[in-house]
Amino acid sequence: MARVVLDPVTRIEGHLRIETEVSNGKVASAWSTSPLFRGIEPILKDRDPRDAWMITQRLCGVCTYVHGVTSIRSVENSLQITIPENARIIRNLLMGAQFIHDHLVNFYQLHLLDWVDVVSALSADPAKAVTVDNQINSARTRTTSYFTAIKQQLAAFANSGQLGPFNNGYWGHPAYILTPEENLVFMANYLEALKAQKEVAHMHAIYGGKNPHPQTMIVGGITLNKDLTSSRITEFRNHVTAAQSFVNTYYLPDTTYLLGRYKDYVNYGPAENLMSFGEFPLSSSEPSSLFFPRGAIFNRATSSVQTVDVNNISEHITHSWYAGSSSRNPAQGETVPNYSGLDTAGQYSWIKAPRYQGQPMEVGPLARVMVNYGKGHAATRTQVSAFLQKLGLSLPAMYSSLGRTAARAIETKVIADAMVSWAGQVTATTPSTSAMPNRKTFSMASSGSGVGLNEAPRGALGHWVNYSDQKITNYQMVVPSTWNFGPRDGNNVPGPVEGSLTGVPVADEARPLEVLRVIHSFNPCIACAVHVFDPNRKSTFEVSAQ
Amino acid sequence: MGKDDRFDDKLEEKIDELVERKGISRRNFLKFCGAIAVTLGLEASYLPKIAEALVSGPRPPFIWLQFAECTGCTEAFLRSSSPLIDDLLLNKISLEYHETIMAPAGAAATKSLDEAVAKHAGKFFVVVEGSIPLANNGNYGLIGGKTMLQIAQEVCPQAKMMISLGTCAAFGGLPAAAGGLTEAECVHGALNGLPTIKLPGCPPNPVNFAALIVNYLLFNDFPAVDKLYRPTFAYGTTVHDLCERRGTSWCMQGFGCKGPTTYHNCPTVKYNDKTSWCVQADCPCKGCAQPDFWDKGSFFNYSGRYGA
Repeated sequence: MARVVLDPVTRIEGHLRIETEVSNGKVASAWSTSPLFRGIEPILKDRDPRDAWMITQRLCGVCTYVHGVTSIRSVENSLQITIPENARIIRNLLMGAQFIHDHLVNFYQLHLLDWVDVVSALSADPAKAVTVDNQINSARTRTTSYFTAIKQQLAAFANSGQLGPFNNGYWGHPAYILTPEENLVFMANYLEALKAQKEVAHMHAIYGGKNPHPQTMIVGGITLNKDLTSSRITEFRNHVTAAQSFVNTYYLPDTTYLLGRYKDYVNYGPAENLMSFGEFPLSSSEPSSLFFPRGAIFNRATSSVQTVDVNNISEHITHSWYAGSSSRNPAQGETVPNYSGLDTAGQYSWIKAPRYQGQPMEVGPLARVMVNYGKGHAATRTQVSAFLQKLGLSLPAMYSSLGRTAARAIETKVIADAMVSWAGQVTATTPSTSAMPNRKTFSMASSGSGVGLNEAPRGALGHWVNYSDQKITNYQMVVPSTWNFGPRDGNNVPGPVEGSLTGVPVADEARPLEVLRVIHSFNPCIACAVHVFDPNRKSTFEVSAQ
Repeated sequence: MGKDDRFDDKLEEKIDELVERKGISRRNFLKFCGAIAVTLGLEASYLPKIAEALVSGPRPPFIWLQFAECTGCTEAFLRSSSPLIDDLLLNKISLEYHETIMAPAGAAATKSLDEAVAKHAGKFFVVVEGSIPLANNGNYGLIGGKTMLQIAQEVCPQAKMMISLGTCAAFGGLPAAAGGLTEAECVHGALNGLPTIKLPGCPPNPVNFAALIVNYLLFNDFPAVDKLYRPTFAYGTTVHDLCERRGTSWCMQGFGCKGPTTYHNCPTVKYNDKTSWCVQADCPCKGCAQPDFWDKGSFFNYSGRYGA
């Protein structure tokens, strides 16, 4: 038995510590710790609910936009507002752009170095790399001189003696199995993706003013007015098409090929229960019009997707650094921070442990793709089937670390394809097509309560707001990484990531590369996962969620 | 594209080499040099020097520390263009420690930090992202078992220069806003006034970050700063004074725009390769580069066009 600690876990957003107990070369138990507490909820108190999105958006600069729009939705829900059609479409496009950006960066910049050995790439034969490149996708036209140049660039970097971010990596670890040529092709695409993500972010700048932290959100619509022109609409469409092309040429084929080479990861990082709140409203009617439907799957029963009732969520704090009662619905949540030192047998995280119908639920790409699949979402089914067929796998294989990383690429393809047509539905500003709030259709209430639900790239997200005298009295968020990275609950049942790490092989305890692979398949984003309530406020939410 | 008689042969050769190696266009490269010159307020005669600084020289070591933050500043940095972010990472600076990007994790990551501080003491730049929680003996923020304050105390004074990147690092930002429980403070304050250059903004503009680096590569020195330690090239004028809508019927002053009291060069450098910025996207400036901007009242004038 050995305790293996990864602190800090790198190539993630935020601060995360993972401790594992390794026995006979495998993880026997794992503990997930978030060591940062920022305390955003108390800062929201007493502010105008229409301003809350500015603050909640800063929960995360990686998942930028998502916490902003969810906050806006919660206030709009309290006012029963229907936003202008143009605003609905633009919000879907901003969200879609966020998915594409986030997933690309996860795969290439955050996850890839778990599978690709940079040092090995230095001994690649560029001519053979062309062959590999065409095996991954025959539509690629890169030449020997392209890969020679990439190799030279990497070699010049290595020979400079300043290895920077690549210094002290687990290079040469026996779990790296790719050939030098495969490693070179993927390193080339690491660099290509670094450039591509910058272009993808332009979509946020066009309809949001800038990225990260787009600024055009407003209760009732989108601020875009003078700048919503036909040339902007064309500019956006061109970016969607370019992003779609990158997904088709690189991201999806790269993911499929890489997972085919590491097919044993179908055996690790298992998933059991999945939940999705659904996303992309295609009309003003929710949740019925959601492009990605809402639903929950228990015990891998893909074909029987259950409806979701947010009143069945409870949050446990038995193993978290809070004083107070052990389990509550978020609508009645109240917590007092109480740091007591890190003790995996006692309290060990700032994250609470949310449960749905008492069960730990995984949220994120895998949840969405399987809920979509179970609900008969045609585009998702086509991509899942194609992926499984290529790797010679069947549907249950999706409930794994391999399936989780595949699901991210699959849904990116589905979203990018859909965005091409959505982008064509935006209309330039005229008096009858404005995306701006229509002041004739609603007025701000003095008091109210509302819920905003959506799917962030990392999973199901909900904001609950209560206000009176146009001031926030209570604000609660249940966020993706809280679901995935939360600690054990009151019954000592591990959170999804903790449970998922059991059984992962560890060839070298000093370099737990395999553990990192499973952690990164969840795409940790921790800044938003930690939150607290003002202990002096005990107001409850009266929200009938779908 | 033809040669430029402002550049000598040796520099031409280096530019050619860079252009070929990077597969970027010569035109884009020179355009970037021009943009940097404008951002820094330099005359066109500096163009060859800027090009020279970008294509040669040793890569200055950088250590990037993340405290109570949202990683938005890092994301902004990843949007750097020409030199593209990949070029910046591989050819311009040596990023010795950055948790979001670096390959190693856990003890191996901490080793990278320790080695870089020891090897480059007095010579490295430290970039700080996020503020530092001081309450509860610093236990609201822990990395590798150390408090964020401890890490800042150990690393920052060893640097040649500390760059406080983003509004949280520069002024405390959101964790320090009214209602916060963690007594978060900007790194300059938490380290008892350790000298720094502040690049506030939520997020900060990567163009200004690049200009700061180029300025150093050019002059081996730091740019002039104001009383709040902000470089005057980027924070010397208000948003309103630079705004394309100033004096027009589209001016957003009536809608709660903070442009008149916010010092930042957004209207000239814009964001995401000059694609847009807040006012261009029809929303008022929120004053995100100013100290205490979270506590200066509503972000919109809701009695106006954006009200209900």
